[in-house]
Amino acid sequence: MSVLVYLENWDGKFKKVSFELLSYGKKIAEDMGVPMFALSLGKVDASELETLKTYGPEKIFVNDNGFDSLDNEMYASAISQAAEKEDATLVVFSQDNVGNALAGRVAVRLKAGLVSAVSAIPISYDPFIIKKKVYTNKVFGHVKVNTAKKILSLSKNTFEIIENAAAGVVEELALDHAEPKTKVESTDKVTGKLLLTDAELVVSAGRGMKGPENWGMIEELAETLGAATACSRPCSDEGWRPHTEHVGQTGKIIAPNLYIAIGISGAIQHIGGISNSKCIVAINKDPDAPIFEAADYGIVGDAFKVIPELNEALKNA
Amino acid sequence: MNILVCVSNVPDTTTKVKFSGTQLETEGVQWIVNPWDELAITRALELKESGAGVDKITIATVGLVGTETTIRKGLAMGADDAFRVDADPTDAFFTATQLAEVIKAGSYDLIMTGFESADYNGISVGGMLSEILGYPSVGAVSAVNIVDGKLQIDREIDGGKEVLSVQTPVVASVQKGIAIDPRIPAMRGIMMARRKPLTVMPAVEVEVYTEVVEIELPEAKSAVKMFDAEDIQGLVNALKNEANVI
Ligand SMILES: Cc1cc2nc3c(=O)[nH]c(=O)nc-3n(C[C@H](O)[C@H](O)[C@H](O)COP(=O)(O)OP(=O)(O)OC[C@H]3O[C@@H](n4cnc5c(N)ncnc54)[C@H](O)[C@@H]3O)c2cc1C
Repeated sequence: MSVLVYLENWDGKFKKVSFELLSYGKKIAEDMGVPMFALSLGKVDASELETLKTYGPEKIFVNDNGFDSLDNEMYASAISQAAEKEDATLVVFSQDNVGNALAGRVAVRLKAGLVSAVSAIPISYDPFIIKKKVYTNKVFGHVKVNTAKKILSLSKNTFEIIENAAAGVVEELALDHAEPKTKVESTDKVTGKLLLTDAELVVSAGRGMKGPENWGMIEELAETLGAATACSRPCSDEGWRPHTEHVGQTGKIIAPNLYIAIGISGAIQHIGGISNSKCIVAINKDPDAPIFEAADYGIVGDAFKVIPELNEALKNA
Repeated sequence: MNILVCVSNVPDTTTKVKFSGTQLETEGVQWIVNPWDELAITRALELKESGAGVDKITIATVGLVGTETTIRKGLAMGADDAFRVDADPTDAFFTATQLAEVIKAGSYDLIMTGFESADYNGISVGGMLSEILGYPSVGAVSAVNIVDGKLQIDREIDGGKEVLSVQTPVVASVQKGIAIDPRIPAMRGIMMARRKPLTVMPAVEVEVYTEVVEIELPEAKSAVKMFDAEDIQGLVNALKNEANVI
């Protein structure tokens, strides 16, 4: 038996989330008394694979034969083959675009129960019960998994990274694959920009900013902090900001260490996307705005006055 | 081209959810079309109206008879017909298995599911459905277009997007961006929806893979600490020394 952690790579590199996944998988593997293995598909530098050892995989399985771009069916088949070969009883994915697309497919292949967006280790192993937030973060559900094989996807920035070195032997794993039925025709992306979903600090603004022309001070504040920028839904719906910045129930669900909400009223759908943040700061001119119920720290005031001052104070901090 | 949209019936997003045991208390709850599914129907309608070659838009729901109000709303938006599998959707695998039966009984080129359902946030029906059917799938879909009669699907990736060509039938799990404002049914649509075909199918038996055995309420949050608008430094100090986040 084993725990298998699937690790995406980004242009051949791993990210903090990869180490978080391994730390999580390792803790569960230790509790179960089984080894943890990592699986990486696609081309990754040897030096990158080396960095994984610190987080406890006994073996790191690799295969870059044809895994150049994501085809869900092909990848799910490969991951399932690896899970079967290595007798994995538990497979761990990251709860993100790629993990979401693959976990359900692998679950069907392995006849495994799947619990998505977990943020802690199981409550018990026998029976296997794990907690997850449901109704968009309003309550927790304890989910019992009845199948022998199980699949989990871990929400980002929820599990502590633990150094726990293991052999980390890199091994080429033979995996069959058929011709993919989807094909990437073109890619359009910016590199080097801090991504909202990776960011530990987020500066977010809402309709209280009045219009897109006033976002300069939001960007400056973000720059000072080294934070990513986000917005409430109306701001992206109106085209003031790109859709990728929209957080909340129908946008991105994030869990940064710090979330600063400026001119955002704090509608329940907005809170659903940010309530896992470790620290929430609200700046709003309305003392009765519901955002203050979700916040840890608050200032009642005019954003146009408070933000430049806050920016100066942070520069000197 | 025929499009099928999988629709989940969920409590209105402002609902303060209450439970008795693991059962949601439904008294006073307003039910809606799951927000992403609503956007999927909207996009399907836009494609049909643009003359890009969409023949028919079908809705499929797994749910008890009470979900027919939500299904009728989808029909009122403009979908052509609907299927309801008569069962309480207990988990994602159960739901996906039932939807697969509906799809096998028909002929669809594009199947759209919302990226998640706003109740159990399982994020998995689309993936499971495609695997059961042996169809290709695309997740994190932010646009669906038909170019020269062929589907072209945008997938969100970190920092941007990829444009994919796909073999059909295909399952697309859609998210924000696929459409902006959900279509609001007009009076005429609501009248017509009453006469549109809604077929009820029995559920097939499925092994119970996962089940919710307990609901736990989150701990009450500690009260917010307020700073005067003149005391910006006080906030900065708290972030630095108390919360340790900067
Ligand atoms: C199905 C559904 C899903 C939804 N999903 C989401 C979602 O994912 N994310 C989301 O954000 N919303 C979502 N919404 C919308 C949500 O209900 C709110 O309408 C939205 O969050 C409000 O955005 P806002 O706070 O920016 O604007 P408003 O509610 O208009 O609030 C603006 C705030 O700015 C303050 N303000 C104004 N001027 C100033 C100033 N000079 N200085 C300081 N403060 C000022 C005001 O006091 C007010 O509190 C959803 C709604 C529905 C129905």
